[in-house]
Amino acid sequence: MSPAGEPGPAGEKLLDVVDLAKTFPNGTRAADDVSFTVARGETLGVVGESGCGKSTTAKMVLRLLQPDRGTVTFAGTDVLRARGRDLKEVRRGLQLVPQNPQTSFNPRLTVRSSLEFNLRAHGVARRAWRSTVDDMLVRCGLRAEQGDSYPHELSGGQLQRAAIARALVTGPDLVVCDEAVSALDKSVQAQVLNLLAELQSDLGVSYLFISHDLSVVEHISDRVLVMYLGRVVEQATAGSLYRDPAHPYTKALLSSAPGAPGERIVLTGEPPNPADPPSGCTFRTRCPWVMDTCAAERPLLAVTPTGSLAACHLNLTSRPALAAPSPA
Amino acid sequence: MTTQAPALAPAAVSRPRTARRARRLPAPALVSAVVLAAVAALTLLAPLISPYGPLEGDLAARLQPIGSPGHLLGTDGQGRDVLTRLLHGARPSLLAGLLPVVFAAAVGIVLGLVAALGHPRVHTLVMRSLDVLYAFPAVLLAIAIAAALGSGISNAIIALAVILVPPVARVTESEAMRIKSADFMAAAQVSGAGRVSIALRQVLPNVAPGVVVYATALVGLSIVYAAGLSYLGLGVSPPTAEWGVMVSEMQQYLFTAPSLLLVPAVAILVVSVAFNVLGDGLRDFFNVRTDAS
Amino acid sequence: MTSPTETPETSGAAPSRPGAPAPTAGPALEVTGLTTTFSRGGRQVLAVRGVDVSVGAGESLVLLGESGSGKSVTIRSILRLYGSSARHTGSVVLGDQDLMRLDAAAVRAVRGRTLAMVPQDPNGSLDPLRPVGRQLEQVLRLHGVVADRKAARARALELLALVGIPSPPRVAASHPHELSGGMRQRVAIAIAVACDPAVLLADEPTTALDVTVQSQILDLFGDLQERLGTALLLVTHDVSVAADVADRVAVMYAGSIVEEGPAREVLENPRHPYTQALLDAIPRPTSERGHLKAIPGSPPVAGTDFHGCSFADRCALAQESCRTQPPALLPVADGHRAACPVANPVVAA
Ligand SMILES: Nc1ncnc2c1ncn2[C@@H]1O[C@H](COP(=O)(O)OP(=O)(O)OP(=O)(O)O)[C@@H](O)[C@H]1O
Ligand SMILES: Nc1ncnc2c1ncn2[C@@H]1O[C@H](COP(=O)(O)OP(=O)(O)OP(=O)(O)O)[C@@H](O)[C@H]1O
Ligand SMILES: [Mg+2]
Ligand SMILES: [Mg+2]
Repeated sequence: MSPAGEPGPAGEKLLDVVDLAKTFPNGTRAADDVSFTVARGETLGVVGESGCGKSTTAKMVLRLLQPDRGTVTFAGTDVLRARGRDLKEVRRGLQLVPQNPQTSFNPRLTVRSSLEFNLRAHGVARRAWRSTVDDMLVRCGLRAEQGDSYPHELSGGQLQRAAIARALVTGPDLVVCDEAVSALDKSVQAQVLNLLAELQSDLGVSYLFISHDLSVVEHISDRVLVMYLGRVVEQATAGSLYRDPAHPYTKALLSSAPGAPGERIVLTGEPPNPADPPSGCTFRTRCPWVMDTCAAERPLLAVTPTGSLAACHLNLTSRPALAAPSPA
Repeated sequence: MTTQAPALAPAAVSRPRTARRARRLPAPALVSAVVLAAVAALTLLAPLISPYGPLEGDLAARLQPIGSPGHLLGTDGQGRDVLTRLLHGARPSLLAGLLPVVFAAAVGIVLGLVAALGHPRVHTLVMRSLDVLYAFPAVLLAIAIAAALGSGISNAIIALAVILVPPVARVTESEAMRIKSADFMAAAQVSGAGRVSIALRQVLPNVAPGVVVYATALVGLSIVYAAGLSYLGLGVSPPTAEWGVMVSEMQQYLFTAPSLLLVPAVAILVVSVAFNVLGDGLRDFFNVRTDAS
Repeated sequence: MTSPTETPETSGAAPSRPGAPAPTAGPALEVTGLTTTFSRGGRQVLAVRGVDVSVGAGESLVLLGESGSGKSVTIRSILRLYGSSARHTGSVVLGDQDLMRLDAAAVRAVRGRTLAMVPQDPNGSLDPLRPVGRQLEQVLRLHGVVADRKAARARALELLALVGIPSPPRVAASHPHELSGGMRQRVAIAIAVACDPAVLLADEPTTALDVTVQSQILDLFGDLQERLGTALLLVTHDVSVAADVADRVAVMYAGSIVEEGPAREVLENPRHPYTQALLDAIPRPTSERGHLKAIPGSPPVAGTDFHGCSFADRCALAQESCRTQPPALLPVADGHRAACPVANPVVAA
């Protein structure tokens, strides 16, 4: 049986990330052997604690940050080594909606100029700029004339929509959305999520969708990646992840969402220092199901009975134990 | 916030367009701008409005005091009308102040951007080379270069341009380095635009205001230096009217007619200070816009 | 515009949180008829159109609403942060002072001490060139809450731990760009609560935080309210956060408050069509991808003039009168007011 954590044979691998690792000069281990793939026309959600390395991973995928090791392949091109035409092609196809819309716009340029900058970079004819920009702003729920504002004249949510418009205006194949809808009210959020879904079904755009909002991730994602302290701890289809989380951290995360059914699993203990992560499984210091092997051995991603991938020693032993937590 | 609204009495509220005041130059800078505009106008009109020719002297009427009939600012040691020479001298003096700064700004901005945005090795190379120039006192360096090139106004301008490049490049570089780590630069990189395009369209608009402010103040300095070079005989040479030359010529009458020496000196001082104040004002003006975010 | 003076103070002003100190005389923060006008390229942009809010000591008011409706501008105006780049009318009464009538120096003394803000964008408020621990210490020392350098350092680390930051010494020594988005946001929160403010204005303080840290932050706010009777004005788009912390909820649309009342009432029994549509747009496990219920159309651009109800163009219930008659914020139930005469025809006397 092919694990549900992997894209099916129908989906062509658009983005293939293998063993990305990054330790910052101050010792913070922000990513530790992160691997995943995104198929064409697919949405991969990424969730995890604040500071677990989601944005760092996104930056490495986009070549904004040099990883210590690992490879990123986008549409067959090695992103980290591409030069010249290849790099330009990668840049066109791979776009970003950054986490902080307020600072991601040049304060001296109008929003329109910022979007036009991207069009120019991809050789779009100047006479098409105005209508292309206007059209994209409107589709993202802004008015065309709001394009003539400077960033400080727009609200947080308006800028976030402008950032989405900027990412989409050059017709990318994969958009990395780092908290792309967090500053929007629920109605505009719905509109933007609908737009993303529409572009996906019409043009086959893929998304790497990072968010803290579990219901949004559930709604938009085909598969979900769960990160903890720089590592991928679980990877599953959205349906099975929310129905039947395999990793204890995922369980705890989902149970603490507002309005989640069942009992809330409260994590005890502080999140560990990323500069000095625990040995073995990094989650063991807070895990209600911790065992002796957890300190000794790092669990690798393995197929669970439900077909997900999870990095937990419990997977290999007694799965049902997860159903009845007996906090240590 | 550099500016604060006054306490909002109802009367203040109804005053229209209060917000626009934020965009206006502060008063001292406005005054300076007006002064400089007047000086520029007088300079252009010099041939039309000056009562005598700049070289035309009447030895019989030497060293007339300020306020003498027919000679508003008196006459110099060769009986030439000081007002006339002041007006005619403005053009070379101002040019020798402005042109080096314009050259230095053009070269310095390019060097600063290349250093900040180029490969780390390029950065080291450019900044180290500038450090070499910095190692010499600016004034001495200007004198040395001007002396090596020979006297004449164009050589003085070249000499001054050379010594002004390093400070402009430094200012540009440090501003650009700051901008480089801004979030929007990541967005610009992701866009796929080339380095030159990013430098010109994303970095330059952020760097330019700071450099313009700095360069405006430099003009004041450059005018003093240019006059200094002429004073030393390295810039404009006598008998051509120029403010530095005038100071040098009148120096010998320091004890007989001290007030005459004051005329060109005050002119240099006023213009130089005006540029400095204008630079300061521009800084406030530009800051208001960025702080509003 | 609304007529605040006739409406009696809502019953929600009494703190519902058990253990909270009884409110002293009057609300801790009372904003009346606040307007904010920017001028842009010679055009006047009226971003806030007469907002009335009041928050009692120990009480929490959550401001929900359309993106771009003026929530951040309201908060920044209360703090007088726009300086001369905006014009205001109305009053902002904090304790016994009207901030709109104080001079700049007096406002600065209030800011950060009695009246603190968590900005929507933490990047803008942090100095990129100094470690965040230093910045926190500076705030503590500026307002004289700590005796000396050592105490400031200790308190700074304590505050970072309070906002749920793992290994505070490491984070204190980091520059803003070395922190994740959520960490920066928590640093900004730590700075805001550093001086135990009497009124805390928090602009989307938990958007970049995961649910666990989010509940920790909300607990921290709750603790401040219980311990010190801090009044909380919180802006959020997250309805579950609103349900969790709010005593009262106000909903903003196009620069005005269109509905206001006790949290449960507003969230479970919304009376304004905008609030109803907003709550309908929340994604649910059952909603199909690409088919979330967004409100059709777009809100009026800030600065354009409209005569009647600002929501009329997008409202299913809109009638002719809606486009001509500006609706007043009228009581619809106990302590619950809404600005829609069509949806609430029988006005309770
Ligand atoms: N330039 C840097 N230098 C040092 N440490 C860094 C740097 N950038 C990020 N970090 C650290 O790396 C870790 C991961 O950060 P990252 O921004 O990837 O988190 P995140 O998962 O995106 O969190 P959030 O949800 O809060 O945005 C954090 O501990 C952060 O402090
Ligand atoms: N400095 C300014 N100059 C001109 N217009 C401004 C300025 N600041 C804000 N605006 C406008 O005022 C309106 C309200 O903005 P505000 O930031 O308060 O929205 P918001 O309710 O906080 O939205 P969000 O939820 O997206 O943050 C927006 O339409 C915005 O374009
Ligand atoms: Mg992040
Ligand atoms: Mg806002």
